[in-house]
Amino acid sequence: MTDIPWLTLAIALPALGGLGVALLPRERAETAKRVTLGVTLVTLALVAAMASMFTTSGTERLQFTEVYPWIPRFGVSYAVGVDGIALVLILMSAVLVPLVVLAAWKENDDADDQGKGYFALILILEAMMIGVFAATDIFLFYVFFEAMLIPVYFMIGRYGRGPDRRRAAIKFLLYSLLGGLLMLVAVIGVYVYGGTFLWSDLVGAEGALAGLDTQPARWLFLGFFIAFAIKAPMWPVHTWLPTAAGSSRPGTAVLLVGVLDKVGTYGMLRYCLEMFPEAAKWFVWPVVVLSLVSIIYGAILAIGQSDMLRLIAYTSVSHFGFITLGIFAMTSQGQSGAALYMVNHGFATGALFLIVGFLITRQGSSAIADYQGVQKAAPVLAGSFLVVGLASLALPGLSPFVSEFLVFIGTFSFHPVPAIIATVGVVLAALYILWMYQRTMTGPLPERLAQLGDLSRREVWAVAPLLALIVLFGVYPQPLLDVINPAVQETMQQIDVTDPAPVIGDADLTADGQEGESE
Amino acid sequence: MAVSDVYLAAGTHVNAVATEADGAILANAWLLIALPLAGAVILLLGGRRTNGWGHWLATALPLAGFAWAALALVQLLGMEPAERSISVPVYTWFSVGGFDVAVDLLLDPLSISFVLLITGVGSLIHIYSVGYMEHDENRRRFFAYLNLFVAAMLVLVLADNFVLLFLGWEGVGLASYLLIGFWQHKPSAAVAAKKAFLVNRVGDIGLLIAIMLMFSTFGTVAFSGVFGAVEQGGQGTMTAIGLLLLLGACGKSAQLPLQSWLLDAMEGPTPVSALIHAATMVTAGVYLIVRSGPIFEAAPAAQLTVAIVGAVTLLAGAVIGCAKDDIKKALAGSTMSQIGYMTLAAGLGPVGYAAAIAHLITHGFFKAGLFLGAGSVMHGMNDEVDMRKYGALRTAMPITFATFGLGYLAIIGFPFLSGWWTKEGIIEAAFATEGLTGQLLGSAALLGAGLTAFYMTRMMVMTFFGEKRWDDGVRPHESPTSMTAPMIVLAVGSVFLGGILVFGYRFAAFLEPAIGAPEEPHAFSLAAMLTSGPSLAALGLMVVGAAAAWFMYGRAPVPREAPAGNVITVAARNELYGNAINEGLLMRPGQVLTKALVVIDTKVVDGLVNGVAASVRNSSEGLRTAQTGFARTYALTMLFGAAIVVATLAVRI
Repeated sequence: MTDIPWLTLAIALPALGGLGVALLPRERAETAKRVTLGVTLVTLALVAAMASMFTTSGTERLQFTEVYPWIPRFGVSYAVGVDGIALVLILMSAVLVPLVVLAAWKENDDADDQGKGYFALILILEAMMIGVFAATDIFLFYVFFEAMLIPVYFMIGRYGRGPDRRRAAIKFLLYSLLGGLLMLVAVIGVYVYGGTFLWSDLVGAEGALAGLDTQPARWLFLGFFIAFAIKAPMWPVHTWLPTAAGSSRPGTAVLLVGVLDKVGTYGMLRYCLEMFPEAAKWFVWPVVVLSLVSIIYGAILAIGQSDMLRLIAYTSVSHFGFITLGIFAMTSQGQSGAALYMVNHGFATGALFLIVGFLITRQGSSAIADYQGVQKAAPVLAGSFLVVGLASLALPGLSPFVSEFLVFIGTFSFHPVPAIIATVGVVLAALYILWMYQRTMTGPLPERLAQLGDLSRREVWAVAPLLALIVLFGVYPQPLLDVINPAVQETMQQIDVTDPAPVIGDADLTADGQEGESE
Repeated sequence: MAVSDVYLAAGTHVNAVATEADGAILANAWLLIALPLAGAVILLLGGRRTNGWGHWLATALPLAGFAWAALALVQLLGMEPAERSISVPVYTWFSVGGFDVAVDLLLDPLSISFVLLITGVGSLIHIYSVGYMEHDENRRRFFAYLNLFVAAMLVLVLADNFVLLFLGWEGVGLASYLLIGFWQHKPSAAVAAKKAFLVNRVGDIGLLIAIMLMFSTFGTVAFSGVFGAVEQGGQGTMTAIGLLLLLGACGKSAQLPLQSWLLDAMEGPTPVSALIHAATMVTAGVYLIVRSGPIFEAAPAAQLTVAIVGAVTLLAGAVIGCAKDDIKKALAGSTMSQIGYMTLAAGLGPVGYAAAIAHLITHGFFKAGLFLGAGSVMHGMNDEVDMRKYGALRTAMPITFATFGLGYLAIIGFPFLSGWWTKEGIIEAAFATEGLTGQLLGSAALLGAGLTAFYMTRMMVMTFFGEKRWDDGVRPHESPTSMTAPMIVLAVGSVFLGGILVFGYRFAAFLEPAIGAPEEPHAFSLAAMLTSGPSLAALGLMVVGAAAAWFMYGRAPVPREAPAGNVITVAARNELYGNAINEGLLMRPGQVLTKALVVIDTKVVDGLVNGVAASVRNSSEGLRTAQTGFARTYALTMLFGAAIVVATLAVRI
C-alpha cells in the first residue's frame, strides 16, 4: 500500500479530468458537469484514504513522500509529501471542490459553453491546490503557486459576475504577479545560498540554510513574506480580494478565499518560519502589528460594506489577521490554532459564500439593500445562513471558535497586549454578521421577494456537509488537532522556540488541574 | 484569603472523580444537557413533521431533566457534606501543548441548585408556552429554541472549567438572541436581538481575557486548578481577573454599564422574558461571581467593585421601573434591580454568597410568575402592554390577579413570603459589613426596598384596580389552564420557598461546601430577623413606598396618556439615558470611523494600486483586448522570470 504514489495520483486525477472535460465537445456540457463531480468525488475518496493512513505517532514528519529528479542540472526535483498541516489543508480543499461543483451546477448555464470551461478550470485548479500544499521542493512550490493564478484569472475574468470582472481579474493578477516575482527572486536566492531546492534539506539546525547570515536571511524572508502576505491577504495589500470576490461567482470565491489564500498563511508557517527562523523572530512585532491592523481594519470595513460578497471578503481579511497573529505568536496554541483556523475558515467562509451565492442566483443581486425578510420566504436558507454566520463570528460550539480561542490563548502567553487588542475583533465580528443577517433576513417580506423559494435539494446537499463539519469540529476538534499538533511541535523545534511557562510554574499543577492543589 | 481556605477546607475533594459507585444518576449527568439538546435538534431538523407533537416533546425533556436532577440531589444529600462535589469527565474537547480543555461536569450543591431552578421553572414555562404560543405558526421553532436555551444554560452551570462555562455562556446568549428576535418580521425585535448579542459580546470579552490571564498565570482553566492557586497568583493579577469576570457578569446580568439591552429584550415573547430575561440567564453573572468566590476573596478591590456595581444597578433599575408604563419594561427594570441585589450580596464575600443564591432562586420563582402573569394579562388584552390601558382586571382575570398578587407580595418583601426571607438576608449581610461601606451598601439596599414597593404597587394598582381604561373592543378573559397552572405553581413557590430555604439557614448550610461560609457564622434567629433595625426599616420603607404608589395611582385616576412628568420621571422613562450615552460614545463615532475607512480603503489604499493598473493598461494599448493583453503580459513575465532563474543558475554553476 505504501508504494502507491498517493499525492501524485491526487494531483494527476483532477488535472487529467480537467483536460478531459476541456476536450469534450461544446454540446456535452451536461456530461462535463457529471464528469467533474465524479472526478472531484473520487479525488476526495483518494485523499481521505490517504489521510486514514497518516500516522501521528511516527517519527517521520513528512509522509507519502515522492522525490524524482525534474531538472537535474539545476537541482530541481518533483518532490511531494505532507505533514499534518498540509494534510488537513489538502483534505479541506478536496472536501470543498465537489461542493463548489454542486453549488455551481446551473450557474453558468447561460454562458456560451454552458460552463464547460468553468468546470474544467475547477479541476485544473484542484490539481494545483493539492500540488501547492504537497510540494516539498520550493521550486515546485513556486511553480504551483504561480500556475494557480491562471485558472483563477479565467474563472474571474471570463466566468465572473458584473461589468468589472475583467478589471478585477487583472487586479488580482497584477497583485499576485508582484508577489510572485519577489518570491521568485527569493527562491533563487535560497538556491544560491543553500544549493538545493529540497525543503527538507534546507531547514533545521543541520540544514543548508543554517549558516545563513542575518542580512540575506532577512531579505529572503521578506521576499517570501510579501508574496504570502499578498496572497493571504494582509493589510495593506488586501484590496485585490474584495474586488476579486465581488466579481467572482460564489463558487470561485469559495476556492479563492477558502483555499488559495491559505497558501499564503501556510507558506508563512512552512517556509518563512522554518527556513529563516532568526529573521522570522526578528520580524515578529511588525507582523503582529500588521495582523492586528488586519483584524480590526478588515472587520470595520466589513461593517461598512453594502455588498455581501465584498463584506465576506473583508471578514476574511480580519480572519486572516487572526491566522497570522497565531503563527507569529510562536507558541504551540497560537500555531496549532492558526493551522486549525485555516481549515475552519475554509469550511465556514466557504459555506457563507455558497449560501450568499444561492441568494444571488435567485435575485441576481449581491447588494444587501436588495433583500429583506428573506427568512419568511426561505427559512432553510436563512437558518443555514445564520449558522454559518455564527460560525464566522466564532460562536463556541462551532468549529471556528476552537481555532480562534487557541490563537487568543497562544497570543496572550506570547504577550497580553496584542491578544487584548485582538478581542475587539470579536465584538466587531458579531456586528458585521448579525447586522448583515438583520438587514437581509429579518423584517417584513416585500412583495417582490415573495416568490424567492427555499433551498433546492441540490443546494442543501452542497451546504449540509459543511454545516455538519462545522458542528462536528466545533464539539470534537481533537482529531484534527492530533494531526496538526506534531507538525507544529516540529516547527517550533526547528525555529527553536518553546511555550512560556505559567507564571506560577508549579510542577504539581497539571495542565487540566485534575491533581490541582487539593490539600 | 480566609475564604480560599474555607473553599479548600470545606470543598476539599473538589475533583473527586465520579465512579460507578456514585451510581448511574451522577455518572451520566451529561444526559441533563443531552436531553434538551436532542429536543432542539429534533425539532429544528425534523421540520414540519414534528409540528403536531414537537412542543410536547420539548416540554417533556426539561421535565425529565428535572426528575433526573431531583434524583441527583437525593444522592448528593445522602453523601457527607464535604464529599458533595463530584466531577464527571465526559471527553477532551481540545488539547494543544499544555493547554487542555475537557468537557468535565461539576455536580455540587451550587450547580445542582441551578439545575433544579433551570429545569423546574423551565418546565413550567414550557407548559405555559404550549398555550401562549398556540396560534403562532412557528411554535415548533420556538420550542426548539427554548430547549436549546435550557441545554446551554445547563452547560453554563455544570461546567467544571472556565472554557466550558464560556460555551454555555455564549450559548445562552445565542438562545437569547434567537428568542428576542423570534418575531423577526418586526424590525424592532430584530434590532433588539442584535443589540442584546452585541452588548453581551462586550461583556464576553471580559470573560475571554480573564480566561487567557488564568491560563498564562496558572497554566490551567479548570476551577479546581485556578481556585486552588489564587494565593500564588498575586493580588494585581487576581484583581484584574476579578474585574474582567465582573465585566462578563455585567453583560449577562444587565448590570451597569452594560444594562441597556435588557429593556429592549422585552421584544421577545413573554415566556422568554420570564425564563431567560428574569429567572435564569440574566442571573448567570451572579452565578459566575459566586462560583469564582476564591478569586474575589483574593482581590478585595474587585470584590468591592462588584458590590458597588450591584448597589448602583439596584437603584437604577428600580428608578426605571417606577416610570415605565409598559408592563414588561417595568418588570425588566425590576429584574435589573433585583439582580443588583444579588450582585451586591455576591460582592460582600462569603457572608453574602448564600443570600445572593437564595434570592436568585426565590426571584426566579416570583419574577417568572410575575412575567407569566403579565403575559396572561396581555393574552387577554389583545397583546396590549401599556398599563395605562389596563385597570380593574382583578374581576376579569381572578387567577391571574391572585397569582400576580402573591408574586407582588413576595417581591416587595411582605413578611414571611419568599422575597422577604431572601431580601432580608441581603440587607442584613450588607449592614454586617464593616465600616462606612457596609452602611452605604445597606442603605442602598433599604432604599431599593422602598422603591420596589412603590413601582410594584403602581403596577398592581394600574393593572388590576381603578377603573377600566381599555381600548374599544378589548374583552379581557382569564387564560387557559395550561397557562394558569404554571402560574399557580410559581405563586406557591413565591409564598413558601423562601421560608423553606432560609429557615434555620438550611440552604446556606447545604451550599457551604461549594461556596464557603462566613468566618463568624451566627445562629439563625427568627426573632432577630423580625426585630433588627434594618429589618424594621425595610418594613417601614416598604409601607411608605406602597402607600405613596397607592396615593398616586390608586386614589387618583390614571390618565390614558402619560403626563409630561418631571426631570427625574423623564430620565427614568429614557432608561437614565443609557442608550443615549452608548450612541454618543460608541455608535456615532463608530459610524464615522467606518465611513471614513471605507473611503480611505477605496481611494487611498486601493487607489495606489489602481493607478499602477491603469498605467499598465495604457502601455498595453496596442493589444486587442485587455484580457489577451494581460495573458500575454503574464506569459512574458513568466518567461522573464524563468530567464532570470536560468541565468542565475548558469552563473553559479
